[in-house]
Amino acid sequence: MKNSKSALRSIGLGLAILFALVTYAYGFKVTKVNLEETKSERRQTQLIRILRALAKPDIVEFDKEQVKLEIPFYVPCPEGGFEPEVVDKTIAHFEPEAYCADPGTKMIFRGSNFEPNVKGPINFLPPSGVTLGMGIFETDENGNFEITVTIPRRPETEIQYIETVTSKNVGEPRFTRTAIETWDKIIETVFLALLATTLGTLLAVPLSFFAARNLMKDVTSPIIVVSLNLIAIPIGIVLGGSGATWMRDLSNLIAVNGWVILLSIIVGSVVAYGLFKWAVPPEELEPASGKIRFVRSLTLVLITLISVFVLFMVSKLMIIIGTTASGKLGGFGFLGSFFADIGDILGMIMVLVTALLGAGVLSGIGGKTGNLLLKKFTPQIHRLLGIIFGGIAGVVWFLIIMGGINWVYQINQPLIVRTIPAILGAITGIILGTIYKPKAPVPIGMAVYLISRTIFNVLRSIEALVMAIVFVVWVGIGPFAGSLALALHTIAALAKLYSEQVESIMTGPIEAVSATGANRLQTIVYAVIPQIIPPYISFTMYRWDINVRMSTIIGFAGGGGIGFLLQQNINLLNYRAASVQMLAIAVVVASMDYISSKIRERIV
Amino acid sequence: MLEIKDLVKIYDGNVQALKGVSFSVPKGQFLAVIGLSGSGKSTLLRCINRLIEPTSGKIIWHGEDITAASDDELRTIRRRIGMVFQHFNLVLRSNVITNVLSGRLGYVNPLMSLINRFPKKDIEDALIRLDRVGIKDKAYHRADELSGGQQQRVGIARAMIQDPEMILADEPVASLDPVLAHSIMQYLEKLNKEEGVTVLCSLHFLDIVHRYADRVIALNDGIVVFDGLPTEIDDTKFKEIYGKEAERVG
Ligand SMILES: Nc1ncnc2c1ncn2[C@@H]1O[C@H](COP(=O)(O)OP(=O)(O)O)[C@@H](O)[C@H]1O
Ligand SMILES: [Mg+2]
Repeated sequence: MKNSKSALRSIGLGLAILFALVTYAYGFKVTKVNLEETKSERRQTQLIRILRALAKPDIVEFDKEQVKLEIPFYVPCPEGGFEPEVVDKTIAHFEPEAYCADPGTKMIFRGSNFEPNVKGPINFLPPSGVTLGMGIFETDENGNFEITVTIPRRPETEIQYIETVTSKNVGEPRFTRTAIETWDKIIETVFLALLATTLGTLLAVPLSFFAARNLMKDVTSPIIVVSLNLIAIPIGIVLGGSGATWMRDLSNLIAVNGWVILLSIIVGSVVAYGLFKWAVPPEELEPASGKIRFVRSLTLVLITLISVFVLFMVSKLMIIIGTTASGKLGGFGFLGSFFADIGDILGMIMVLVTALLGAGVLSGIGGKTGNLLLKKFTPQIHRLLGIIFGGIAGVVWFLIIMGGINWVYQINQPLIVRTIPAILGAITGIILGTIYKPKAPVPIGMAVYLISRTIFNVLRSIEALVMAIVFVVWVGIGPFAGSLALALHTIAALAKLYSEQVESIMTGPIEAVSATGANRLQTIVYAVIPQIIPPYISFTMYRWDINVRMSTIIGFAGGGGIGFLLQQNINLLNYRAASVQMLAIAVVVASMDYISSKIRERIV
Repeated sequence: MLEIKDLVKIYDGNVQALKGVSFSVPKGQFLAVIGLSGSGKSTLLRCINRLIEPTSGKIIWHGEDITAASDDELRTIRRRIGMVFQHFNLVLRSNVITNVLSGRLGYVNPLMSLINRFPKKDIEDALIRLDRVGIKDKAYHRADELSGGQQQRVGIARAMIQDPEMILADEPVASLDPVLAHSIMQYLEKLNKEEGVTVLCSLHFLDIVHRYADRVIALNDGIVVFDGLPTEIDDTKFKEIYGKEAERVG
């Protein structure tokens, strides 16, 4: 019994080893492991050449001064021979075997006391003044050289000369073009990472709450409420979006010059603030009557429209101020452009933000209506309403989702794009409306949680480098594409890390704050956010660190930053320049690593 | 008047924490809830303001059915019920005064509160409450700088600023030493006697029950096994509540 068991185990182990061997053998085959290549002489010399180039990054250079040494020489030997003056052997000098020779003879020249490890030509200077190169000598580490040259066929009765030319560094060292370019690009890289991290963080923070199980699992509503929420979302998006578009058109119409813009900003803000004070009492002990609440809601809509209008005007004003300033600020012109860009971004996102706001508000109203209906009628009617609204919600959302799919695949057949999803949606909604009793809680929070988790996981598994390719197509080659790609990746990665932090916070404070009658948003602001600030900061720093690393190579895909330069130099076999970029990357990554770990230590 | 009818709570995994609990509490009473740990005291108190969703049964307060309230209605009910916890449940990284002010969240305008703006009156009020519990000087310290006793006073101030008609206190003194325990209990007593706030307080020690409670309810395994005056708990009753092995110390 015992024996057979251990025998089985041995067989199992043997099989496992065999399996591992096969796996690795196949691995070697597909990765084309080729040991012969690594041993080949040619490859090795190439490797050494590259390594040497890499070891000498092209960072600083000097002005060069040519140093020439001359000795007299006769071709052919004159009668009676020729003895030159004695040379000073303590300084750089070189000597031939003899100071005269017949044309075409080979002769050894020896030099010493040169700079070590320098190269230079050795030339023959006939009286005509031309320079005849005889060869290139290279000094050893002691500054000596020895070279065999052929004496040119330039017989002459006069004295001729032979010179060596070496160059010498003079003056202060200065940065090479490569170094300066690298500096520019590494700055671009760090800021690319900063921008991507900021954008990613801003979006990941709110999204992370949707991916936090502990916050979402208690979010449940009756089926009627959920259905009305869902139906109201697209309506809210359309209403919010068109409201914002009207305001944009209105602002375009009114904004004739800077002063009008300024005036409308001031007037708009004052009016909005006044209305706000009136419509939103600081504290309410008794719930207001229905009529008052209706008027208030209308006022809030008006306030929102005015605010959107004011923000469009602010965006215009920023663009005007920014562009004017960038012309006048000289070297700091980028501050002006930045200001203008922010204004531009503000204008661009306003419609989107208002549409989302509209969706939120209308979905809230839908939910309230649902609760009201549940208070009023009999259970039978509740059932019926659940089925009806469930069906409508199903139709609406299936059509929306199918619309998205159609946008990608361009199916464009009404049967597939409209009829079938509408029917399927209606059936799904009706089934859900039938299954869930009118007051039974539908776990809508968990649904949102699962959907957002899935989206984040998918996004996270797409390499930023691949995303960069898409964004390069959209916004063109450059750091902007890179930062968008990194930002998207950052959103997914951070949202996951953040949501895990939210899941691990203390529940006591959440319990206490919601027990005071706080709503969900208030509970998040007062009980959740204070607890997650330190880990959020620490993860953001960590992410910036990763983004700096990523942005150093995102240039490979056209995403800007130093990677572009590095790739170029590698392709041009310009290894000394590539070495500068590698060095810069190493320094920046190492210091980011250090700084971020220090900051994280400080915070946690 | 609070009426609890046939309250049942079954947790996931078929744990029956409450098995049909019924009793009613007249306005202004100081009711102690006792029982071994695991007997269902916390569950009972949390069902009353629906921090825990009851499985079945009704909770009627001032004629209003709390168990049937919608989210909005529940919030207006909750803001009139203060809650004090065994582990204080303060937001440790926030200021003391912010912790106290969070008691007003059910009243203030939600928009303004999201950017941490409270009406001036509330801020003054928070300082007054902190003064009442003797730690006004700590108002702008972070909550985690405070000792346990001080933290529980912040917890009391947070409940007080709600202007509650009822306070649910879940073993408010179980993590404090006896001297501090009495000072905390005295604040609850004061609220009860001077402002007529109904108090439902689960407690561990019988001497504290005797000293502060008007009436006692004892739970054992989710069932009410005693309902009467503190003085009525004699040795037989005690054995019923705490089991045969228990030894009476208080
Ligand atoms: N969240 C929960 N999930 C499952 N069981 C729980 C949960 N909370 C409490 N219980 C169980 O319910 C019973 C009552 O617990 P509790 O109300 O905390 O009692 P007490 O406060 O009197 O100590 C215990 O058996 C406990 O294990
Ligand atoms: Mg308990």
